[in-house]
Amino acid sequence: MMEELVRMVGITKHFSNVVANDSIDFTLHKGEVHGLLGENGAGKSTLMNILYGLYKPDSGEIYFEGRRVYINSPRDAIRLGIGRVPQIPELVESLTVAENLAMLLPGLTMGRRLDYVKEVAERYGISLDLDALVCNLSFGEKHKIELIKGIMRGSKVLILDESTTMLSPREIDSLFGCISKMRDEGRGIVFVSHRIPEVLRIADRITILRKGRRIASVMRNEVDEHELVRLMIGTDIDKSIAKDKVSLGEEILRVEDLHVLDDIGGEAVKGVSFSIRRGEIFGIAGVAGNGQRELVEAITGLRDIEKGRILIKGKELSSPRCFRLYGSHIPDERIGLGVLPSLTVLENIALIFYKSFSNNGFIRFNDLRSYARRLIETYGVVTPSLEILAGKLSGGNIARLILARELSADKDLIVAFHPTFGLDVASASMIRRLILELRRKSAILLVSEDLDEILQLSDRIAVMYGGRFIGVMDSDEVDLEKIGLMMGGVVAS
Amino acid sequence: MKIRITRYLRIERRGELGLMGRILMKILAILLALLFSAMIFAISGVDPWYAYTLIFVKSFTYSGLTEIATKLIPILLCTVGLTVAFKAGVWNIGAEGQLLLGAIGATWIALFVDVYDQLRLPLAILVGMVSGASWGLIPVILKVRLNVNEVVSTLMMNYIASGIVDYLVYGPWKGAREWGFPYTDKFPDTAWLPLIPGTRIHWPTLLLSVLSSILVYILLSRTALGFEIKVCGQGKRVADYLGIPYGSRLIIAMIISGGLAGLAGVGEVCGVHRRLRYASSISSGYGYTAIISAWLSGLNPIGSIPSSFFLAFLLTGRDIIQVSLGLPFATSNIFNGSILISILIVEVLGRYRIRWGRWTI
Repeated sequence: MMEELVRMVGITKHFSNVVANDSIDFTLHKGEVHGLLGENGAGKSTLMNILYGLYKPDSGEIYFEGRRVYINSPRDAIRLGIGRVPQIPELVESLTVAENLAMLLPGLTMGRRLDYVKEVAERYGISLDLDALVCNLSFGEKHKIELIKGIMRGSKVLILDESTTMLSPREIDSLFGCISKMRDEGRGIVFVSHRIPEVLRIADRITILRKGRRIASVMRNEVDEHELVRLMIGTDIDKSIAKDKVSLGEEILRVEDLHVLDDIGGEAVKGVSFSIRRGEIFGIAGVAGNGQRELVEAITGLRDIEKGRILIKGKELSSPRCFRLYGSHIPDERIGLGVLPSLTVLENIALIFYKSFSNNGFIRFNDLRSYARRLIETYGVVTPSLEILAGKLSGGNIARLILARELSADKDLIVAFHPTFGLDVASASMIRRLILELRRKSAILLVSEDLDEILQLSDRIAVMYGGRFIGVMDSDEVDLEKIGLMMGGVVAS
Repeated sequence: MKIRITRYLRIERRGELGLMGRILMKILAILLALLFSAMIFAISGVDPWYAYTLIFVKSFTYSGLTEIATKLIPILLCTVGLTVAFKAGVWNIGAEGQLLLGAIGATWIALFVDVYDQLRLPLAILVGMVSGASWGLIPVILKVRLNVNEVVSTLMMNYIASGIVDYLVYGPWKGAREWGFPYTDKFPDTAWLPLIPGTRIHWPTLLLSVLSSILVYILLSRTALGFEIKVCGQGKRVADYLGIPYGSRLIIAMIISGGLAGLAGVGEVCGVHRRLRYASSISSGYGYTAIISAWLSGLNPIGSIPSSFFLAFLLTGRDIIQVSLGLPFATSNIFNGSILISILIVEVLGRYRIRWGRWTI
């Protein structure tokens, strides 16, 4: 039996009324790579943020080398010898690599600090240009610096949070080299990921989380891909929402060989084609960060297209306004885009309808008010009045307010991005029923990380991985395990 | 949000204040500033009580009030204009330059263009507004097309505008009868704005300024265009999401903003000076004062009237301090500055309350 480094017992953490971690137990041994596997929103990051002192658990205990510890801040974690490599580098962009690293070694002369940094880099085979400005580096290079920071801080435990998502295969190889080296030195490493092949390649032991619960902890040599998929996504599909047949109408949305860039200039969507007809729900499943956001933003006109075409009712999308002529958009960014918190509830509803309630350029606020009152009643938005700032509403009510506005506009195309994410069960099932109902008159593009939701609602399902569709299938011929394998990047169609 | 100071004292955020609360806060701020300025007066060897009596009594005599009203006109016009730009999320620091361009445009019509006498003044007003608007148009087009930061570009264009005015009055437009002073010739009577007799108040512009605050209020609260302008103030992404044409709405907002500042410039040359003079004597910073005035009003076009009045009062008070008390320019600026800064501080602090008692959690 290896020596135990970390033991987390019964960790529970709520965010408002959503349970992110539900009484999770987790242990880490010396000289072990522990894979923490789960879909987005399963609670992996929350658990690790608790260990690193970024969040405080609502309840639960943490033991470090057998001693009960209270980790109130990352400073406490670092003092214990826990390091973390964040998913997105957190560096001082205007300083050099050397300066960024030297900050971790107070109390030494600059020369001694640099010697130490060089020694660490050499030992782990990481090549660095110490004099380069961080802002001129690529993502992979920045990640290397974070890795060195983690190694220097995490003398005992190192947390790697979705470290491979944006790295090239070669960079991943060298990262795994470092991890093996640290394991041999007797450190404990937590490898957080949703990518099954990578977890299987590097981990000694694997803990699977699903919807905030720990599903299982297994040894690497006891499982295979199929078993992990089953544990990660579960097999129980909620069939409580009945779906009837709707006859298909004309083609509403057509996407041809679409290429879209992400914020930092990498290609996020790499040649996607599909079409949706009236009466049909087209679901896109996949783990976040595989190009879904960029795809949705391109279709709704929020992001420029690099290559390819988007046609809505046969017309090419040329500006953000074109989409609004025929489309509604339920964004995942509910506050700040879907609902403007500094405007009133009435004004938020007016965002779409102010034109149809205008005469000669003047808005007929009285008519608009009675219309808005009917809408919030129909969609069950609970608000003390129409005149309060929308930012004061609760999360569920904000989601319903967006739906009330977007779905009542009666458009041919509805794009719904994570429509039920983070909502309670009652709100979520109401929204799903609405979407099903709307397919009678519209074409619906549904993008969701919630596989249950996709399976329940969609007529056709595409799985997106690495910016491509790796499979499109009809909902009645769905093989759950196959979808899971595709989402985890194990099989290509 | 809670900020812990000690174990027994903490600061926490409270809900928004009501209208009465906000007004009370502003009065409190002014009292605080008067207290602070009293110290400055005392240090300068002037009895603060005497100074304040003088400032308030002189300001609210007939001649004091007319002086305030004269200064109110350009400040109010610029303030109302800035309100539109700020609501659209365009941080227009360039009202000063747009005002100067308005003055140049009006001067051109007044002195150098051959038109019917009856048309000279209306045309001067129109051309002044168009000049101010086009000066504002340059930075907003740069912002929309090339993403150039408008704070920098509008500010820089103020210096250019002031340079152009100085070039004109020292150079090509220098008056033949002005004995080498940097003035243009006096405008013909037909380009004069009528005054309220015995004062320097050019009443048509005063009327227009009040009218503009009412019209802009209606624009922003009642019309579809105003609604779109406010939504664009939430950012380009939001406008794109809703299918509102971001660029064109920003441009419209800036045309209104620059046009009103241009009108303020017309008022100064056709109403007060009746000639173009070097830049700092035409405006004395009305365009910058209006930025403060717009924030004081809470970006409310109707509220712009009292806030502009207050700033016009401060400027008049500054003159009184300089002239009647013989205190240097710097001292009178301390008086104005301390009032403004305490209002801004109280504005922020008013959102918090201090709580005593044992800290839990």
